[in-house]
Amino acid sequence: MDSQSVNAVGSTVRKTEAEGDALVVMELIQRLKVRDVMTRNLVTLSRSATLREAQLLMRENHISGIPIAENGRLYGIVSIDDIIQALDGGYISEKCVSRMSTHLIVLEEDMPVSFALGFFENYKYGRFPVLSKDRALVGIVSQRDISRVMLYELTQEINRLERQHTRAPEDRVGEGAQLYMLREFPVVKYDFENAGKAANEIKRLLREQGVAARLTRRIAVAAYELEINICVHSNGGTLSFVISNGVAEVVARDTGPGIENVEWACRDGTSTANEWIRSLGFGAGMGLANTKRVADKFDISSTLGKGTTVYAAFRLDGAEK
Amino acid sequence: MTFEEVRKSLDGVWVTDGLDDSQSVSNAYTSDLLSDVMGNAPDDSVLVTIQNHLNTIAVCTLAGIKIVAVCHDRDVPQDMKDAAEREGVAILRTPYDQFSASCRLSELCGGAR
Repeated sequence: MDSQSVNAVGSTVRKTEAEGDALVVMELIQRLKVRDVMTRNLVTLSRSATLREAQLLMRENHISGIPIAENGRLYGIVSIDDIIQALDGGYISEKCVSRMSTHLIVLEEDMPVSFALGFFENYKYGRFPVLSKDRALVGIVSQRDISRVMLYELTQEINRLERQHTRAPEDRVGEGAQLYMLREFPVVKYDFENAGKAANEIKRLLREQGVAARLTRRIAVAAYELEINICVHSNGGTLSFVISNGVAEVVARDTGPGIENVEWACRDGTSTANEWIRSLGFGAGMGLANTKRVADKFDISSTLGKGTTVYAAFRLDGAEK
Repeated sequence: MTFEEVRKSLDGVWVTDGLDDSQSVSNAYTSDLLSDVMGNAPDDSVLVTIQNHLNTIAVCTLAGIKIVAVCHDRDVPQDMKDAAEREGVAILRTPYDQFSASCRLSELCGGAR
């Protein structure tokens, strides 16, 4: 690899990191669900418990709130404020049910963490009970729970990026191969404000490399379609762009939900997009078909519940498809 | 077709500022589906559409479209206008529907492609 090529790789990676920081966090709070951050080890009391019992339990477990629940059904919450008022008012021996909060704001376990953060912002509570789809109490979430998991996930992400960047480019393209460029763009679900930016950046890079206009257009079509597909249909993912050995590759990877019938999805005119998506001009069902049509090599693999990877490659030697 | 000829033919009003109206276009394409525009619109075109959304500009930038003619005099949101000015794409509002606008441009081009 010549010195110019090394510079190209170094500078592009740095820029991607800076642009991607905020998106990584946004993607995380969309991808992580409340069930991923909640405390499952619940400390609860039954309806017959007294405020004194709640006070002792809070002290033993270093917690500031206790759900009153029986057989998975949530009846209310006693907070440390309730205990302070009971001590002050001289009714600490009364049952929790007479003083607990019953107008509860709850989270559902399959809500994204972004919802939970919104709840903490909008309602000034220290914790929210979490219910399953069949309304059973399954956990409790505090801001501390979210911070703990976010910190862990961000560390994992940093480690992943470090591994990716410290790995020699040769790892990706084989011995003796020449890597001229490697870019990775995060794509966030329903982020239409930024949709198309990755494809535009790829087009700009190709122009800088002096790639012919017609070929640039073909690659831009694939990049745009795959970027929009991640944005519209997936839970989020990344669009990678690699130029090596005279071949440009666009690879779209997402984190789910996967495609049930890949063959059907690749047919022109087939789409699972809803009316809202269609009203924005997307969901014509041409994305994968367009990509396949313009690429020299096309491959797609998908696993339900896990995600989809689409690969499109283009020869840069000027040979027309 | 110069930009000014396109505007006159569509009885349009420019939405974007800072326009270099000495430019010209050689083609036109009519569609409301962005994938269709992306895959099939010729370079150097006017796009006739009712899509008044920011993403239309992203597609025009990629597809080499120079003018977006927004039909039915639909309002153009500020973020779309800002993106167009940033990317050097002109936006024109026309009172015509897509069919009428296409016919007028076809006449200006000297007939169908």
